[in-house]
Amino acid sequence: MFGYYIDLAMRSLKHNKMLTALMVLAIAVGIGASMTTLTVMHLLSGDPMPGKSATLFYPQVDTDPTNESNHAQPPDVMDYRSAMDLWSSRRADRQALIVDSQLKVRAPGVDLPPLMETMLSTTADFFPMFDVPFQYGGGWSAEDDARHARVAVISADLNDKLFAGQNSVGRTLRLRDSDVRIIGVLKPWRPSPLFYAVAGGRFSGGDTSSFYGKPEDVMAPFFSGLEINDGHFYQFNCWGIPTTPGHLEAAPCNWVQLWVQLGDAGKVASYRRFVDDYAAQQKALGRFTHADNTRMRGLMQWLDFNGVVPSDVRLQTWLAFAFLAICLFNTVGLLLAKFLRRSGEIGVRRALGATRGAVFAQCLVEAGLIGVLGGVGGWLLTMIGLWVVRRQPAAYADMAHLDLTMLLTTFLLALVVSLIAGALPALRASRIPPALQLKTL
Amino acid sequence: MQIRPILAALRHHRLATLLIALEIALACAVLCNACFLIANRIGNMRIVSGVDENSLALVVVTGFEDTQGPDVNARIIAGLHGIAGVQSVSVINTVPFGQQVDSAGINKDRAGQIQGGQIDFYQGGPGTVQALGMKLVEGVWPQAADYLPLHDYFADDSSTVISKALAAHLWPGADPLGKEFWCDRFHFRVIGVVDHLAIAQPGSRGTNTAEWSAFVPTMPGRFLNGTYLVRADPSDIPRIVRDAPAVIAKVAPDVVFDHANSNTVSDLRHNYFERDRAMVGMLLGVILALMLVTALGIVGLASFWVQQRRRQIGIRRAVGATRGDILRYFLTENFLIVTGGILLGIVFALALNLVLVTQYEVPRLPLYYLPVAAVVLWTLGQLAVLAPALRAAAVPPVVATRTV
Repeated sequence: MFGYYIDLAMRSLKHNKMLTALMVLAIAVGIGASMTTLTVMHLLSGDPMPGKSATLFYPQVDTDPTNESNHAQPPDVMDYRSAMDLWSSRRADRQALIVDSQLKVRAPGVDLPPLMETMLSTTADFFPMFDVPFQYGGGWSAEDDARHARVAVISADLNDKLFAGQNSVGRTLRLRDSDVRIIGVLKPWRPSPLFYAVAGGRFSGGDTSSFYGKPEDVMAPFFSGLEINDGHFYQFNCWGIPTTPGHLEAAPCNWVQLWVQLGDAGKVASYRRFVDDYAAQQKALGRFTHADNTRMRGLMQWLDFNGVVPSDVRLQTWLAFAFLAICLFNTVGLLLAKFLRRSGEIGVRRALGATRGAVFAQCLVEAGLIGVLGGVGGWLLTMIGLWVVRRQPAAYADMAHLDLTMLLTTFLLALVVSLIAGALPALRASRIPPALQLKTL
Repeated sequence: MQIRPILAALRHHRLATLLIALEIALACAVLCNACFLIANRIGNMRIVSGVDENSLALVVVTGFEDTQGPDVNARIIAGLHGIAGVQSVSVINTVPFGQQVDSAGINKDRAGQIQGGQIDFYQGGPGTVQALGMKLVEGVWPQAADYLPLHDYFADDSSTVISKALAAHLWPGADPLGKEFWCDRFHFRVIGVVDHLAIAQPGSRGTNTAEWSAFVPTMPGRFLNGTYLVRADPSDIPRIVRDAPAVIAKVAPDVVFDHANSNTVSDLRHNYFERDRAMVGMLLGVILALMLVTALGIVGLASFWVQQRRRQIGIRRAVGATRGDILRYFLTENFLIVTGGILLGIVFALALNLVLVTQYEVPRLPLYYLPVAAVVLWTLGQLAVLAPALRAAAVPPVVATRTV
């Protein structure tokens, strides 16, 4: 029966090509617009560490002893001493300190002008904790952290730029005025967003596309990094002016991020207690004034708190779906016209014994077919839409591609939309009384 | 034109009528809000920077130590002066639409009890104010003695020229000249007021703070270096920016030329608003597609009605209705449906705006958008229904005598 309905639907669609084209176009345009924005949303709001994000946490303490801020939330990052105290106590399964700075990079023996790159100063756990993939070599050890080893890990991009993609492990890189030995080269790695560096989203006014930038090209052990680039570190915020610009170890400034990995709920609870106790102890020492103001958000909660999806993208998604709704109403109207125009034909079918259900099914098959055609058009328009997105100057633009999930979603959405659009007209068509229609023939 | 028979006829097509009206209502809601968002973005893009954007370029170099600053300054100023057409080169920290460099909270008292909000500090060496081309409305420009050397962030006591907007914010209704403010231990005294001076990233801290900025005369050296303001004739500026990297590679081979931040100020402005332009483009696309889809929907449904009512039209024609009567019938019918849609659409538009106000810090929709949208949709409806209505008017009276 289904095959017969498909055949009927094809005939009917061919019968009035103009009306069919209008309906397919309406669905295609609506699907194209909404799938383009939905793909971008999917890209931006996804879990950057699937399977692992539930074990990653971002502890925060209120380091600011003054009354200049309202202390509703602790600062987004920590001062050096708090971060160091929490990190060095090693109470979590893994813990990583994170700080970014700009510095001049050269490769002795490579004939290229010097580059300004962002250096990530972090600790050994960073690589296993965030499943960072290596192409050559590997990360450094906790001993390297402790003895301020002059080693570095570089990105695939920088390796391509400086060493033409060859295995550069063992080669020397000059960071500012210090020589470091390359011990690892990453595979192309592009977490979306660059979750470990996210902070300050609530002050960004919705312009958060910078959270989707590329990972740092140079990664060096935390303390080595602080020595190499001393005087070039930027504060997240300060509650007093630092005495030496760019040297923040003793400054009243927040500039270091700490991530911890905690394997189970018991460890999470005990780490929470540990952070609270630490804050209370610091208050007793007179360093903190708002000891209760601590937080420990999970990775996804932290991203959510920072509102990582840019407000422009969320706005576009709203608009696209409002537009899809308009296309849907449009299709309902046109399908209604199409089905009711065939009242005579349907009356004959009913008189010859077709049930209401059969007429309803036949109409829905026709609507579904329009949906599938609209889905193909919508898929093409989505590809064009994503091509336009890739040409935008946003940091995430290069990642806007249609993956298999979103491809299937495109067709599913088109089918669902067309069936919803077809339901009401099909119901009306199935209610056509046979006798009345036969009389007019 | 009699409306009652039209309403009576519409009652037989309640569902289709409702659908068209709903479509119009949604279109009205999206149209009003999308146009309003476009107007907002364009408003942001129109901000007055207060400087001669077309005659200015910024050259930024990095990758040297502060101690090398005086030497780098000397080499690069000399090098840039060597490019044909350069009128002046001075050292500055940033310009409007450049990177945010010195932004800090200020206080209106020495003790730091009365907060004045976060402002942007522009620091520039001798020649900067003349090069920037700001317009002084009160007080005086900094004199040679006002350009003080730095030991870290600011000199302990600086003279400053502030924007009119900042003056009005700090001392509403009072004469700002001679007034003082503090940033931590640093003290500033206002000696002049310019009519406009946008912050480096205008709009990043809200629209009302877009001009909260102060110019602080500063001697270039260890703590002011690496960013250079070049002034030249607007026709020479693009060429100078193109030539600058090669010149700098020659005079200071060890520094890194910052390609991303070195540009003409008008291009920096253009790039700064790239995101807003993309959004405007997207919104315009949505509006166009929306109008098209709505119009096509009206055409499709009206054509169906015309075909369905051929016999009735024929009868009306046979009993004396003119072509004009038939045409007017369909135009009026469409007008009534669209009007119903617009009435509902006004409610939808205000509701959608309420969502945007709460979620995206968009201002409230000005009410004059509603009648404008109504006129647009009425016109759209009438144009869309015109072709089917003309076809209806062309139905000959003889149809009445035929069956089917």
